[in-house]
Amino acid sequence: MTATLAGDLIAELGVGRVRTNSAELGLYRRDASTLDDGSTSVVCFPQTTDEVRRCVLLARKHNVAFVARGSGTGLAGGAVPLDGALVIILTKMNKVISVDVENRLAWVEPGVLNLDLTRQMSIHGLHFAPDPSSQQSCSIGGNVANNSGGPHCLADGVTASHVLAVEVVLPDGAVTVLGGEDPEPDGLDLRGVFVGSEGMLGIATKICVRLTQNPPFVRTMLLDFELVADGAATVSAIIAAGMVPAAVEMMDQLCLQAVEAFIHAGLPVDAGGALLVEVAGLEHGVAASVEQVEAIGRAHRARTVRIAEDDAERMLLWKGRKNAFGAVARIKPNYYLHDTVVPRSKLVEVLAAVYEIAARHELLVLNVFHAGDGNLHPLLVYDKREPGVMDRVHAAGEEIVRASVAAGGSLSGEHGIGLEKRDFMGLMFSDADLAAQGSLRHAFDPDGLSNPGKVLPHPATCSDIQHLDHAPEGTWI
Amino acid sequence: MDLAEFAEDVGSEDPVTIVGLGTRVSASGAVRAVTAPSGIDWIQPAEMTVSCGAGTPVRDLVEALAEHGQTISIPPSGTVGGALAVGRSGIRRLGRGPIRDVLLQTNYISAWGTVIKAGGPTVKNVTGFDLCRLLVGSHGRLGFLGDVILRTQPRPESSRWFSGEADPWQLLAALYRPSSILWDGTRTWVCIEGHPTDVADQARIAGLPEVERPPQLPSGGRWSLPPSSLRTALPGTGTFVAEIGVGVVHHSQPAPSRHSDQAVAELNHRLKSEFDPRNRLNPQLG
Repeated sequence: MTATLAGDLIAELGVGRVRTNSAELGLYRRDASTLDDGSTSVVCFPQTTDEVRRCVLLARKHNVAFVARGSGTGLAGGAVPLDGALVIILTKMNKVISVDVENRLAWVEPGVLNLDLTRQMSIHGLHFAPDPSSQQSCSIGGNVANNSGGPHCLADGVTASHVLAVEVVLPDGAVTVLGGEDPEPDGLDLRGVFVGSEGMLGIATKICVRLTQNPPFVRTMLLDFELVADGAATVSAIIAAGMVPAAVEMMDQLCLQAVEAFIHAGLPVDAGGALLVEVAGLEHGVAASVEQVEAIGRAHRARTVRIAEDDAERMLLWKGRKNAFGAVARIKPNYYLHDTVVPRSKLVEVLAAVYEIAARHELLVLNVFHAGDGNLHPLLVYDKREPGVMDRVHAAGEEIVRASVAAGGSLSGEHGIGLEKRDFMGLMFSDADLAAQGSLRHAFDPDGLSNPGKVLPHPATCSDIQHLDHAPEGTWI
Repeated sequence: MDLAEFAEDVGSEDPVTIVGLGTRVSASGAVRAVTAPSGIDWIQPAEMTVSCGAGTPVRDLVEALAEHGQTISIPPSGTVGGALAVGRSGIRRLGRGPIRDVLLQTNYISAWGTVIKAGGPTVKNVTGFDLCRLLVGSHGRLGFLGDVILRTQPRPESSRWFSGEADPWQLLAALYRPSSILWDGTRTWVCIEGHPTDVADQARIAGLPEVERPPQLPSGGRWSLPPSSLRTALPGTGTFVAEIGVGVVHHSQPAPSRHSDQAVAELNHRLKSEFDPRNRLNPQLG
């Protein structure tokens, strides 16, 4: 069956853009997470919308599921193919099609890299606001699939706020545009539900993004605290005071130490935690915010408040934050990065729980996260060669997820559900809630061929969530 | 009234419509009408979130938020649920964002009379399919909003309107994130918000005298055009006030009918069939 699909794909795309060799396929069975490999027997590289459409139609003809894939930087298994699905790789569709500088929008292909778009727009004084830590390598199509965030989404909103329209190949092979350059397209907001649907409603082939004006003034500050709790309380106080900084990031002590050893930025390695706060906008608003943030920090026992003197120092501070995950390799060879959201007011309480959980499972945990919007990223570091360590990593991870949701939070802030958290959906949603989400999926993809097996738990498992402790191997949390 | 009572009111059998304050649409006499719960449950300034019944008047919500120095991107009339169901943003959309980004979580009543939760309570959340997106602008045809958790914004320290004869696209290029730029073909209005000194600086760049308020908006039709087409598509069509950089046009004439894409129409139809196969909810809307 699959051999025929491969043959048909080769007839459409040519032999150079279809791969079936098992060593090469290995690259596309996984994403950037530690999840188990999935399975695929053929991957293809279309270059146009029509080619994507024909790939989808061929998959349908052979009754094989298909999975769209960008750069493969996902962390929840959203692009991991299951059961021999066809992987449709969009990295060759990487052109910026058009830019309307006056009205600040651009049409791009899904394989355009996030940071490349921002770089190309810099001559116009514009940028694409979502800035995931993987922005050097992640694609806009992947950002759309996961409704990606990033540090600067605190003030400017996540991907859904920056996508005006999406040209899609629907699961039945129809090509259409959801949303539009106009602000109020007729009918339901199909664009809105497509963004963040993790490839389960179709494949994006062109994306109309909103571009954001670069701020004329930017100040970046580093405030460090004896206690992480004081830093967390500072975050809530900043927001309650009526400010929305461009970004508010937190690093705890272990993270500061790892990053400092890596980049030598003069970070306060003896602090319990530090906040990286960026304020951006017009001159006087920025100056007032800097003063206010400093005052609030000091009122919460900030030990020092460092304000970057120039762009070079600003970039250095950000380099520390953006390379935190790389720096972790100095501590242990492997890490498991979590992504949950809690109300800002619960940051202190949930962080304390995270430390307690990690300690109980004899694991090291680093915290580096988007404190401004309560988006935690506990990073469990370990050496996978250590016998039994993976069981402890998973057990601790599950407890962290449960603690976050119990505090009034969400399962995921920006990584998505994919396979990783699929079977946790019952923590936030009832069977009836999930059935409603299933109805959306069914309306777009009645045959369930577009990236099946993700996001929505199987009916049997979602009511059975309390037994996850005994989940079979391969059921990742 | 709580959610369970509202669900019971909506029921599961007969056709039913939902009414608020009647500012956007009035009830059709032929169908049984229900109203959503109202009242503010809580305001959490440090979370920038508020929870209220969908039947809460927007004015009440705006007043309550003002006490905490916050506001919300919902046009100030009717009920919160009505504004969300209709999905039309206010005239400050350019700077403050569209209404569709406001709804974080809702408990809505399905066509089967059950309470369904969509979205999540936190300002950042990508847990599952975002049914909130589908409900905003759905005109209550997929479900009736019961209660909602909404994203708030800081209330700007200073908010001023300026107006005169100026090229609105030059202002769009020259100003830093103005909240609104309106244009009637000859005259331009601009709303600048933020730190008082910055607002004054931006006003100098705009070079326009201050006015008390934005213009009266023609109410014959609400057009939605690509912002790049406004300059050429509008002159000669009648009286209008266009939102520059956005594309909403408040017009004296009804919006011209638009070509509807077949695949999009089919998806709308299928979604309605999934969520309300018997066409119980707001059946008068077709």
